[in-house]
Amino acid sequence: MNYQFDFSFLAERWPDFVAGAWLTIQLTVVSIALGFLLGTVCAMGRAYGGPVLRRVVGFYVELIRNTPLLVQIFVVYFGLSSLGLKLSAETSAVIALAVNMGAYTTEIMRAGIVSIQRTQLEAADCLGLTRLQAIVHVVLLPAMERVYPALSSQFVLLMLASSITSQISAEELTATANNVQSDTYRSFEVYIVVAVVYLALSALYRAAFWAIGLGLFARKRRLGTSL
Amino acid sequence: MIQLNANHLVYLLEAAKWTVLLSLIAFAGGALVGLPLALLRVSKIRLLRLLASGYIQLIQGTPLLILLFLSYFGLGIMGYKLVPIVAAGLSLTLYAAAFLGEIWRGCIEAVPKTQWEASDCLGLNRFQQYVYVVLPQSLRLAIPPTVGFMVQIVKNTSLASVIGFVELARAGQIVNNSTFEPFAIFTIVGAIYFVLCYPLSLAARALERKTNVGR
Repeated sequence: MNYQFDFSFLAERWPDFVAGAWLTIQLTVVSIALGFLLGTVCAMGRAYGGPVLRRVVGFYVELIRNTPLLVQIFVVYFGLSSLGLKLSAETSAVIALAVNMGAYTTEIMRAGIVSIQRTQLEAADCLGLTRLQAIVHVVLLPAMERVYPALSSQFVLLMLASSITSQISAEELTATANNVQSDTYRSFEVYIVVAVVYLALSALYRAAFWAIGLGLFARKRRLGTSL
Repeated sequence: MIQLNANHLVYLLEAAKWTVLLSLIAFAGGALVGLPLALLRVSKIRLLRLLASGYIQLIQGTPLLILLFLSYFGLGIMGYKLVPIVAAGLSLTLYAAAFLGEIWRGCIEAVPKTQWEASDCLGLNRFQQYVYVVLPQSLRLAIPPTVGFMVQIVKNTSLASVIGFVELARAGQIVNNSTFEPFAIFTIVGAIYFVLCYPLSLAARALERKTNVGR
C-alpha cells in the first residue's frame, strides 16, 4: 500500500469542522430536550391514560420504532413541503429527531413509571402532597432515575443518528465532511477526522449526562448508589 | 411529470428485496464477527478483553453513516474500490458485530457462576464448558434481544442509499424524482419498512415474555 496520508486540509478547513460540530450539538440538544418532554408526556399517557389514549400512544411508538429515521426525515422535509408546509432543513431535522427521540423515550420512561408501586402514590397522598408534587417527586424523578442509564445511551445514539440529517442538507458535522471531501478529494482522511470528532462528542455527551444525573438524583449524589 | 402508479409500487417492492438481502448479509456477517467478539469480551486474558471492548466502543461511538462513507468513498480513494453492496455489507457487518457482541456478552455473563464451577468440577476444559454448558444456556437468553436488534439492522440498511445502493429508501428517492409526490412515496416506503420490522418487534416481545416465565 503506497497511499500517502495527507491531513493538510485541516490547517485551512478546521473552522468548518468546528462550525459543523457546533450545529450538531445545537440540533441534538434541542431535539433531545423536546423528544424527552414529548416522550415523558406520552409515557404518562400510556401508563395512566384511558384506553383510547393508550392506543394512540402505542401506535405512535410502534410507527416510529419500526421505520428508519432516514425515511422519517424525508417525510418531514420533502413530504411536508410538498403539502405546502415549507420548513428549513434544520427545523425539519429537529422535528424528525425529536419525534424519533420521543418514541424511544416513551418506551424507556414507561418502563420506569410502571416500576413505581401504587403504594408510593398512596404514601404521597397521606403526606398531603399535591397531585403535581406527587407526579414530579414520587413518580417522574424516581422513574427517571431507574431508567437513566438506558435513557442516556439512547440520547447518545440520537446524537450519532443526527448525522443522517446531512441527507437533507442540514449543515452539521457530516454534511461539513461531505463538503470538505468534495473540495479536497481526501475522503478517507476527512471521514477519519469526523469519526474522531463524533467519538469525542459521544464521550462529551456521556460525561454531561452523568453530571446531569448527579445533579438530578440526590440519592446517587449522596450515597453513590442508584435506586 | 409521471403519475404515481402500480409500476412504481412494483419497483419499490423489488427494491425491498434488496433491503431484505442486505439485512441478511449484515446479520450473518454481524453474527459471524459478533460471537468471537463476545467471547473475547469475557476472555480470561486482559489484553483480549481490552481489544474487544475498544473495538465495540469505537463502533458504538461513531455514526454508521461515517462508517459507510469510510468504506465506500474512503477505501475507494485509497485504491480499494468496493461496489456499493460490498461496502454496505462490510460497514453493516462491522456495526452489527459491535452491538451483537455486546448483547451476547451480557447473555454469556447472565449464565450463573455455579454452572461454570460445576462444569469445572466435572473436568470439562474451557472449550467444552462453552460448547456444552454455557452457550446453550445463553442462547435461550440471547434470542429475544437478538431478534429485537434485527429491527435495527433492517432500519439501518436504509443508510446504504447514500452510497448509491438501490434498496428501498433509494428506490423511494428515485421514484420521487420522476413523480415528485414525496409525501405519498415516503409514506409508502415507510409502510413497507413497517411491514418488515413490526413482525420482528412483535416476535422479540413475545419471546421475551416467554423467556421471563418463572422469574
